[in-house]
Amino acid sequence: MNPTIRLPGLAPLMLLGTLAVLGVLIVLPLGVVFHQAFAKGLAAYIEPLTHPDALHAIQLTLTVAAISVPLNAVFGVAAAWAIARFEFKGKSLLVTFIDLPFSMSPVVSGLVWVLLFGAQGWFGPWLRDHDIRIIFATTGLVLATVLVTLPFVARELIPLMQDQGADEEAAALTLGAGGWTTFRRVTLPNIKWALLYGVLLCNARAMGEFGAVSVVSGSVRGVTTTLPLHVEVLYNDYEFVGAFAAASILAGLGLVTLVLKTVLEWRHSGELSAGRRH
Amino acid sequence: MNFRQADDTNSHLALEIKGVSKAFGRFPALKNVSLQAKDKEFLALLGPSGSGKTTLLRVLAGLEKPDAGEVRFDDEDFLALPVRRRKVGMVFQHYALFRHMTVAQNIAFGLTVRKRSEKPSKSEIADRVNHLLQLVQLEGLDKRFPSQLSGGQRQRVALARALAIEPKMLLLDEPFGALDAQVRRELRRWLRELHDRAGVTTVFVTHDQEEALDLADRVAILKDGELIQLGAPNAVYEHPATPFVFDFLGQACRLPGVIDGDRLRVADWESAAPEGAPQGAVEVFFRPDEVAFAPTDGAGLAAEVRGVAQRGPDVRIDCVVEGATMELIGHGPTLPPGVTPGLAVRIKPLRPQVYAAG
Repeated sequence: MNPTIRLPGLAPLMLLGTLAVLGVLIVLPLGVVFHQAFAKGLAAYIEPLTHPDALHAIQLTLTVAAISVPLNAVFGVAAAWAIARFEFKGKSLLVTFIDLPFSMSPVVSGLVWVLLFGAQGWFGPWLRDHDIRIIFATTGLVLATVLVTLPFVARELIPLMQDQGADEEAAALTLGAGGWTTFRRVTLPNIKWALLYGVLLCNARAMGEFGAVSVVSGSVRGVTTTLPLHVEVLYNDYEFVGAFAAASILAGLGLVTLVLKTVLEWRHSGELSAGRRH
Repeated sequence: MNFRQADDTNSHLALEIKGVSKAFGRFPALKNVSLQAKDKEFLALLGPSGSGKTTLLRVLAGLEKPDAGEVRFDDEDFLALPVRRRKVGMVFQHYALFRHMTVAQNIAFGLTVRKRSEKPSKSEIADRVNHLLQLVQLEGLDKRFPSQLSGGQRQRVALARALAIEPKMLLLDEPFGALDAQVRRELRRWLRELHDRAGVTTVFVTHDQEEALDLADRVAILKDGELIQLGAPNAVYEHPATPFVFDFLGQACRLPGVIDGDRLRVADWESAAPEGAPQGAVEVFFRPDEVAFAPTDGAGLAAEVRGVAQRGPDVRIDCVVEGATMELIGHGPTLPPGVTPGLAVRIKPLRPQVYAAG
C-alpha cells in the first residue's frame, strides 16, 4: 500500500509553490552567477581567474581546506569514538559543545581568535615578541575554518557508531587483534562512507566559509584572501565579471559536492547514519 | 536430559573463578562469585536477565575488569592478560560478524592479525578456513557477506571464527537467543557434538533452563549477581537449593506445610519428611507433573477438579487445592481414569521439596 495521501487540487498547488520558491531562490541566482560570469565571453571569464591574486586566492583556499579538513576528520573520528564507545562524566556536555559552531554566528568563531591572538588579544604581545603571526595569516584562516566546520564529521559518525555498537570491535580484540589493527580493519571500514560523507560536507563548508575567515583575514589582497573573500574584494571594486567568475567556481564546487553527496546517499545508504538514509 | 559428563579421571581444573565482584556505578552486577570448570567441560551460566551471567562471561573474555577477585586459567593469572592474549573464542549474542568482510575473511581474521612470525601462510589460512567451513557445515558460502546469511548460518560463522584461533576456552553469549525454536533445537545438538569433537572448555550463557539442562555438563545458576547453585543438570533439577532455583528450572506448585520431627504435614496429608528438611513452618514445592492421583478415600491432599484439557500427550488438570488453583499435568499411568470437572480427588506430590518458610 502506498502511504502517500492524495489531496486532489491541493497537492499540485503545493508542488507548484515549492518549485516556484526553489526557482526564484536557488535556480535563478545560480543562473545569474554563471550568466554574469560569462557576460563578456569566455576570454573575459578566464582572464580574471588567471590573475595572480585570483590564483593565490584559489591556492590559499585549497591550502586552508587541505589543513583544516584532515584535522576535522581526525577530531571527528576521535570524538565520535569517545562518545559512541565510552561512558564518562560530561559526555552530554561534550556533545553539546561539538554542536556549538552550528548554532553560533561564524563571525564569533572568527572573533574569538582575534581576541586570543590579535595585536590587542591575550597572547598578542607575546606573539609579537616572538615574531609569530596568527591573525592576518594562514594559521588564523585555518583556526577559524576548523572551528566553523568542527561538527560536520563528528555529527555524521556519532549516530552511526552508536547504532553499530562495540561488539565487532570486542570480537576483533578477542580474536587477537590489537587496538590499532582493530581500528584499521574493523572500525574504519564500517564508518568509511559516513566519514567520506562528513568530509565532503566539511570540505564544502571549509572552502566556502566567509564570515569567520573574513574576521581573521584582514582581506590583504593576494595574501590573505581566500576565494570567497576574493569575490567580495572584486565586487567592492566593481569588477563584476571577475567577481562572478570567482563566484562561479564556488558555485561549481557546491554543485559537485551535491552530486557526490547524492551518489553517496544512493549507493551507500545502509552505511550512513540513520538520518542520511533515503 | 544429558548424561555425558566431563571425564573426571583425565581432567584437571581449567578455569578457576574466585570471589569475583563487579559493579556498574551503584548497581552490583556480580557479588563475590566463585566457581570452577574442569578441562573440556561444558558449563552453563543460567539466570534471568540482570543476574550477572553476561557480565561474568565478559570478565572471562577480558572485556570487563572485575572490581575484586581472581580468574585463573590453566594456573595462569587471566586478569593480568589483555583480551587479545587470552585466546578465548567468543561468540556474541548478535554474532558481531564483521559486516564488510566475507564469510571466509571473517573466519580468517584471527589468523591474519597475528604477528608476522606466527602468521600462517596464505595457503595454510585458506586450508584452515575450508576445514572450519566444513566443520560448521557452510561449504560454498565462503564468499557471502554476513547480511546474505540466515541467523543460524551467521551463528555458525561466528563459531567458526572463534574456533579458528584454536581457543583455550570458548565463550558463548546466549548462542541461540536470536533464533527461532526449531533452528534452536537443531543447533543445540550440533553444538554439543561440536564441543565434544573440538574438546575445548566451553562456558555458555543462557536464560533458557531447558537449554542449560539439556546441553551442559554442569549448570551454574545466578540471581542478582550471586551464584545460587552449581551442579550437574540432574542434581540441580532434582535438588534445587532454593525456591528460586526450583521455580526457575521448571513449573512449580507450592503449598504451606509444617515439619514436625520426621513427618511433613500439608493440610490433612501427612508423609515422611524429606531428608535434611528444616523444622517448623515450611514451603512445600513440587512439579505439576510429579503428582499421583487417588480416590477421595486414599492418601493425599483433598482437591477438586475444575477443568481437564488434552494437550498433546499430556492432560492438563486444573484443580483447587487448599483454596488455591493449581495447574497439574497428568500423563500416561499417573492419570486416573474418569477425571472430569467437578470430581473430588486426592493428590499426592511424589517428590516434594521443602524450604524454610520466610
